[in-house]
Amino acid sequence: MTTYDAIIIGAGHNGLTCAAYLGRAGLRVLVLERRDILGGVSVTEELFPGFHIDTCAHRIHGIHPSVIHDLSLDNHGLEIQHPSSCVYAPNLDGPSLTLWSDQARTTAGIQAFSSHDAQQWPTFVKFMASATRFLRTLYDHPPIHAPRPQIADAGTILRLARRFKNLTKSDRIALLRLLPASIADVLDERFETAILKGALSAAGIIGLMQGPMAAGTAYTFLHNHVYSPTGAIRATLFVRGGIGGLATALANTAKRFGASVRTGADVQTIIVKDNRAVGVALTDGEEINARYVVSNADPRHTLLTILDPANLTIGDIRKTKEVKFRGAVAKVNLALAERPEFVGASNEEHLHGTITIAPSINYLEHAYDDAKYGRRSSELFLDITIPTLTDASIAPNGKHILCATVQYVPYHLKNNSWNDETRDTLGDQVVETLSRYAPNVPNAILHRQTITPLDLEKDFGLSEGNINHGELTLDQLYFMRPIAGWSRYESPVRNLYLCGAGTHGGGGVTCAAGYNASRVLIKHAKSA
Amino acid sequence: MVASSYELNHDREYYAIRSAAALIDVSPLFKYVIRGPDAVHLLDRVVTRNVAGSSVGQVLYTPWCNDAGKMIDDGTLSRLDDNIFRLTAAEPNLRWLHENGAGLQFEIDDVSDSLAALAIQGPRATEILSTATDSDFSSLRFFRLTKATIRSVPVTISRTGYTGDLGYEIWLDARHAEVLWDALMEIGGPYGLAPAGMLALDIARIEAGLLLIDVDYVPAFKAKIEAQTSSPMELGLGWAIKMDKGHFTGRAALLEESNRGATWKFVGLEVLWGSLEKLYGSVGLPPLLPTEAWRTSAPIYSPRGAQVGYATSGCWSPILKKYIALAHVKTSAATIGNQLLMEVTVEHHRRKAEVIVVPTPFFDPPRKRRLAP
Amino acid sequence: MKKQPFDAIVIGGGHNGLVNAAYLARAGLRVVVLERRHVLGGAAVTEEIYPGFKYSVCSYVVSLLRPEIIRELALARHGLEILPLESTFTPLPNGDHLVRWADHDLTRREIYRHSPRDAEAYDDFGQLLYRLAVAVKPLMSMIPPDVTSLHPRDLVGTARLSKYFHGIESSTFYALHKLMTMSSADYLDEWFETEALKATMAASGIIGTFLGPRSPGTAYVLLHHYLGEIDGAFRAWGFARGGTGAVSEAIAAAARSYGASIRTEAPVAQIMTHGNKVTGVALADGEEIHASIVVSALDPKRTFINLIEPNVLPSEFRAAIDNFKIRGSSGKVNLALDTLPEFTCLPGFGPHLRGAISISPSVDYLEQAYDDAKYGAFSRRPYMDILIPSLIDPTMAPPGKHVMSLFVQYAPSDLAGGWNVQKREQFGDNVIDTLSEYAPNIKDIILHRQVLTPWDLERDFGMTEGNIFHGELTLNQLFFLRPTSSWADYTTPVRNLFQCGSGTHPGGGITGAPGRLAAQRILGSRKA
Repeated sequence: MTTYDAIIIGAGHNGLTCAAYLGRAGLRVLVLERRDILGGVSVTEELFPGFHIDTCAHRIHGIHPSVIHDLSLDNHGLEIQHPSSCVYAPNLDGPSLTLWSDQARTTAGIQAFSSHDAQQWPTFVKFMASATRFLRTLYDHPPIHAPRPQIADAGTILRLARRFKNLTKSDRIALLRLLPASIADVLDERFETAILKGALSAAGIIGLMQGPMAAGTAYTFLHNHVYSPTGAIRATLFVRGGIGGLATALANTAKRFGASVRTGADVQTIIVKDNRAVGVALTDGEEINARYVVSNADPRHTLLTILDPANLTIGDIRKTKEVKFRGAVAKVNLALAERPEFVGASNEEHLHGTITIAPSINYLEHAYDDAKYGRRSSELFLDITIPTLTDASIAPNGKHILCATVQYVPYHLKNNSWNDETRDTLGDQVVETLSRYAPNVPNAILHRQTITPLDLEKDFGLSEGNINHGELTLDQLYFMRPIAGWSRYESPVRNLYLCGAGTHGGGGVTCAAGYNASRVLIKHAKSA
Repeated sequence: MVASSYELNHDREYYAIRSAAALIDVSPLFKYVIRGPDAVHLLDRVVTRNVAGSSVGQVLYTPWCNDAGKMIDDGTLSRLDDNIFRLTAAEPNLRWLHENGAGLQFEIDDVSDSLAALAIQGPRATEILSTATDSDFSSLRFFRLTKATIRSVPVTISRTGYTGDLGYEIWLDARHAEVLWDALMEIGGPYGLAPAGMLALDIARIEAGLLLIDVDYVPAFKAKIEAQTSSPMELGLGWAIKMDKGHFTGRAALLEESNRGATWKFVGLEVLWGSLEKLYGSVGLPPLLPTEAWRTSAPIYSPRGAQVGYATSGCWSPILKKYIALAHVKTSAATIGNQLLMEVTVEHHRRKAEVIVVPTPFFDPPRKRRLAP
Repeated sequence: MKKQPFDAIVIGGGHNGLVNAAYLARAGLRVVVLERRHVLGGAAVTEEIYPGFKYSVCSYVVSLLRPEIIRELALARHGLEILPLESTFTPLPNGDHLVRWADHDLTRREIYRHSPRDAEAYDDFGQLLYRLAVAVKPLMSMIPPDVTSLHPRDLVGTARLSKYFHGIESSTFYALHKLMTMSSADYLDEWFETEALKATMAASGIIGTFLGPRSPGTAYVLLHHYLGEIDGAFRAWGFARGGTGAVSEAIAAAARSYGASIRTEAPVAQIMTHGNKVTGVALADGEEIHASIVVSALDPKRTFINLIEPNVLPSEFRAAIDNFKIRGSSGKVNLALDTLPEFTCLPGFGPHLRGAISISPSVDYLEQAYDDAKYGAFSRRPYMDILIPSLIDPTMAPPGKHVMSLFVQYAPSDLAGGWNVQKREQFGDNVIDTLSEYAPNIKDIILHRQVLTPWDLERDFGMTEGNIFHGELTLNQLFFLRPTSSWADYTTPVRNLFQCGSGTHPGGGITGAPGRLAAQRILGSRKA
């Protein structure tokens, strides 16, 4: 029987990244995926004949550059597309707005709304670039030991200090004020155009059970830009062939480094002996031993469901239970007979990135107001992509795919629950909303898939349907992620590690969490 | 709340406990009924004693700890049925029990208000109960319980108590409590049964070497700093920790502590009469003795004068004719027979009386455990 | 130039200005306090608006007046007596109620009636908050460092701050982080299930802020109730005999005893500067008073926008002050009553009327009140913190009669359509209507009513936008960011011009702390 150095539970992008790095470091790695397909939420499935649809995550904002480089993902089939349009914000009551990857083009577009805002734009972009550069230093390393840094943190602290020093004094002050601020305040201070602020603030709330007026949403905005191409705001990138291509490339690399990847292998429990993880047991009874067990599942699912909680202290159980998930997002996937025509879009190029239905900050805040009382938003916020516009290979000729992230759709409904009926009502509401912005959509629908937060939990193992494996709020970031005291990818059980989006760097398809986790584990494995 | 005393002076109440029988209202305890397929599993995670190994009808006295192995509370755990238990506690523990139950199937009823408890304690308790229930109680073993009926009120009776004497606790629906109290007083009157309050009980429990929460130890949740907490080992309850039963909350810390050896011990102290006479004699007085149990902290010194601990309760034991105290003492100074000094105030002046470390209970009559006389 | 009669001028005779003046005078400086109104106290003022009835017009409760100020300025000798509030009574629409008494065991029993679990959690919660209060206290009495400056002088302060963090327990640090970043609703959800308890506790976190209980950053105010306990000022929340004006009078008396002059009806029109240095002030009637030190107790907007020539201040600083958020969110209603109100849920005139009466039945109730304000309306059903001071101090009203103080939130300063007399009365009616749902006899016993909206607070008391804390207490406006980074140590870009109002650390409430810390800073710089 083969014994492994490490078993990775879950073949999401972070699990596979971690596996590839561990394999590259010479460890014998086994990846176990519950489903029959790789990718976790970064999965492309032929949901309808000929339509290869990104079931959950449908776009990326940028992948950790080291991951692409170290694992030479380009040579393993990964091709990332950079559409010229970042965000298109259609407007029913006036002109629509497009944010381009080309700054000058964006500025010119904003000029049509407000010369004040157009003047502010380059400054804003520049400041965001330095702020994200600072953040990237944080994201490239495991969190420092707070409140008492240790020798191991010296490198990180020095790099952070250098970054901080390189900022101008006013940028330093602005950054300090920005981190705990609401995205609404940050934008209100700088801009006056409602649709611009709406389109931007959307990046501060995606996946959050918070409105744009909530403190901490400015940070979420930054988080979503950490690995974006420099200078681009709300950059939308695609993986050619579908987002599943990322998982395929990662899996190929991992395999080349000797890793085994098994699908249809559902882990029932983590085997613990003397407070030390020694392997896993599958639902079919098979037991596999390994020196290390690494979970790509979210912290609650890992520590309280896969692991027997009796292995944890009450304090750690308490902390794990307290992690806020509160899924707020649903997904609607449409197979379309024709290309959607969006209002105000003079040509198709506007639609190549994300189409955001977020006409103003108040629109989003109102949408949140419904959700905080346990109701689906009466006016939904949508982030839409039409990947077939830039990649015809994924649908039959002339046909199109439309993916929509839908918010706010609370996992916890008051006086109601998620079932076939409420799922359909939600799907209908999304189509109705779409019909106002792209009137030809309803009649063009060939197939429709609606994924509620409960479906995300059941089908993708996301606790409470949270796509980020735990809310990205200030109290759950950095040394608090996934739980206080265990932010460095280790867990209270020795030799059990976490590498998913619930850990630092995680949330969004960046592979940063898997990358950081692998480096910690490799260090431990070598010194053991 | 427990009454302090039912008479102006608690003397008679104390003597009722030791020489006849006393009726004590112990209802203010928190009481939980835990049931369900994982009830045993849950309780074994919480308390330090072995619940799975207990039998139906058995009662366990047990402490329970937090993650750091520090005592949260102590109480009795009665196994009413295979999967039904009753836990008593001095502090509310409902939330704590639930937190320990992650992933388990069980239900907890807080019966603190609906379940009353009356303790009948003293050498004649068996006779009184046998009369009251019309059944023979002499066969009920120490820390066992049984069902019975008193004047058509259904009750559960356990041979437990907080006096260190022969005695029972009667558990019943709170609605019948007053009726039952009156009935027992009526039945027990001829046997010398008297109601007793906290003052008398306090002396009895010190003689028995039994801990009082908030006095002899600070429950971990109330401690403002770590140093205020105590482990069961530091409180003389090492015997109640069953390390080999498997996982329970605090086990890892307790295991480490038992390997390392506890820093503190909880000991009995006997004040040497001669020393006391000498201290008081120097101001021209005979020794003045406390009339009630005291609950203040008194520093304990080594003969060379270094502080090695503190006493937390003490009293004059009417039956032993000794001045006794319970104290936390550093392990190195806690050997039985060791002579130490305890601070006493003699005519407004701080003095040090000679004390000797003795085993507890100070008073331990065989009748407490004995079957049929 | 003739010799100046004063070393220092303090602008504004509010409690912070007076505390500052008292400390400066105590140190031997010749100080004059200039107050615009005819009475001292600023927002801490008692006035007999209706014959025989004394209102604590604005500020109505002495929350955290620093005990060291009471000791050092011998305020008791100067007439200060603080009578503790005895309870917090929350009437509920369902006919039930919740009372938190001064006695811990009584409170626990009352909470137990609602939820045994909450009664248990209440103690644990108290322990944790006590620990956090101990940890936070040094920060409250620390002059904030400039962490964005790399100047060696400023690095000392930053080093002191990191040393402070180094010294606290990890678990305390994590708990503190959560408390600082979470919403009070989320924080309390981790502990309690009783709505009325959560809402009443959460309410203390929203007083004076333009945030709802679900807004991140509202949890930390929960600490305030525990801060008093560790200061040797157990049961610190109290009511000053003679109303809050008595606090100001006592401090003024102390200041005078040290030789300070105090002038009322002396409105400052301008702060005069020469080069980059302050030279004195000009009053509205043209009188000029010269001094080498000027301290402003006004809010940052008043001080830096209204009283100083714009070109004196660096543009970055002005921008920061422009961006300083100071939206008012509360109003005040004072009533003269013929007799006591009677609450349906707890009839009679028992001890529950002798403390605070909190209209905060549920977290949703508070959040809905915020929702109204967010979009520019006053709350249809507001949160109210009510006191009947005459029950505690019978001198406040004629025998048998009573005064009632109602603090009301939310009343946005930026009311849609603007405030006017009619809107003010509508607001007042709405308050009485809300109260009458709990105490139906209220409408029949009102002898006189005074209604103050943010509009009135600004006009009558000079608080910009009617913000009672001189600036919102949000995460990015606290500590070294209050009012703005680099100038959070009570200094300003103008030499020898200092700030000492609630717009500086540690912020609002009748604490006197900003006034005292500013005095320390001023006296420290004179020595240097």
